[in-house]
Amino acid sequence: MKKSLYIAVIGCGRLGAILASDLSKQGHKVVVIDVDNSTFNHLSKEFSGFSIAGNTAEMSVLESAKLDQAEIAIAVTGKDNLNIMVSQLAKTVFEVPIVLTRILDPAREEIYQKLGLTTISTTKISAVAFLDTLQQKLNVLNVNS
Amino acid sequence: MRIILIGDDQLAYFLSKKFVAEKHRVTIINAHPAEAIKFSHQIKATVIVGDGTHPTILKEAEVEKTDLVLALTSHDEDNLVACQIAQHYYGVPRTIALVNDPAHQQFFEQMGINVAFSATQILANLIEKRADFEDITNFFAVDRGQITVTEIILHEDSPALQKTLQNLELPTGALIGCIIREERAFVPHGWSNLQIGDRLILISQPEHYEQLLEILTGKAE
Repeated sequence: MKKSLYIAVIGCGRLGAILASDLSKQGHKVVVIDVDNSTFNHLSKEFSGFSIAGNTAEMSVLESAKLDQAEIAIAVTGKDNLNIMVSQLAKTVFEVPIVLTRILDPAREEIYQKLGLTTISTTKISAVAFLDTLQQKLNVLNVNS
Repeated sequence: MRIILIGDDQLAYFLSKKFVAEKHRVTIINAHPAEAIKFSHQIKATVIVGDGTHPTILKEAEVEKTDLVLALTSHDEDNLVACQIAQHYYGVPRTIALVNDPAHQQFFEQMGINVAFSATQILANLIEKRADFEDITNFFAVDRGQITVTEIILHEDSPALQKTLQNLELPTGALIGCIIREERAFVPHGWSNLQIGDRLILISQPEHYEQLLEILTGKAE
């Protein structure tokens, strides 16, 4: 990623803060939105983007973040439904070319993947990581015994 | 018709009651156990406690056999997701969603929701149309007069002045849907107080209307 892109990160929890800080450090123009402005403390010192405190379920907040100019939107609030709605708004109303959606609940994730969202289920990913690590530990045990 | 209602406030309550009276089969999905129990005592409907936006809960409500899903919560994202899952995943033919942010209305319909309605927009339109009003204006009667919507203005002789809504002891079956004060309209809370010159939009069953008027104006119609 050489070109500097305009990226909106929606939700500044632990995941959102890491993504926003990292993308900003890579030289991209990042705007991060969260309803709770105390979450902006999670951002790293290297973060040089903008932060907007506001309810992302409100159209005017997304407009104030200039979502229509964004090349990428990443929805990572703690609420699945909010991520789903914001992502669909980003795609259809603001015409953002790349939209990524975090969905915790695997059942919902499956449905919205079929409906055309690019979804990432952090729950599924964690489960896989746990199982892989467990398998490695068991393999070591088997070798040693 | 089989109807699923998702919501936990007065709107969901009155609508379910109306649908039950019209012999529809109603299932209410309510996220709050205490509210759900209250609903189940007051309305002849199936009441399910849970997240009405989740596929498992919708399935429990027999969404596949349902003709209409109404999502009426105060969160737009929940209303959107409930209707989309019902429609696209379970094949419900008709969905209606409340939009709290009027700016979402068109987007919801673009996303396939059959009807997206904004209470704010409806009230704003009504108020604009009624630039000329007298003390009491009958806006309309809903469903052959089962509910009436009226507007009144509070004068200096009103016994309700400076009182909060929760102290007024309004009859059940009647509510103040909106207060218009100095050209600003808002939906009141229990602690909102009433002032001279306030215009109130009243939503009431006819049998409670007279009592409501008396509390607010000091005189019966």
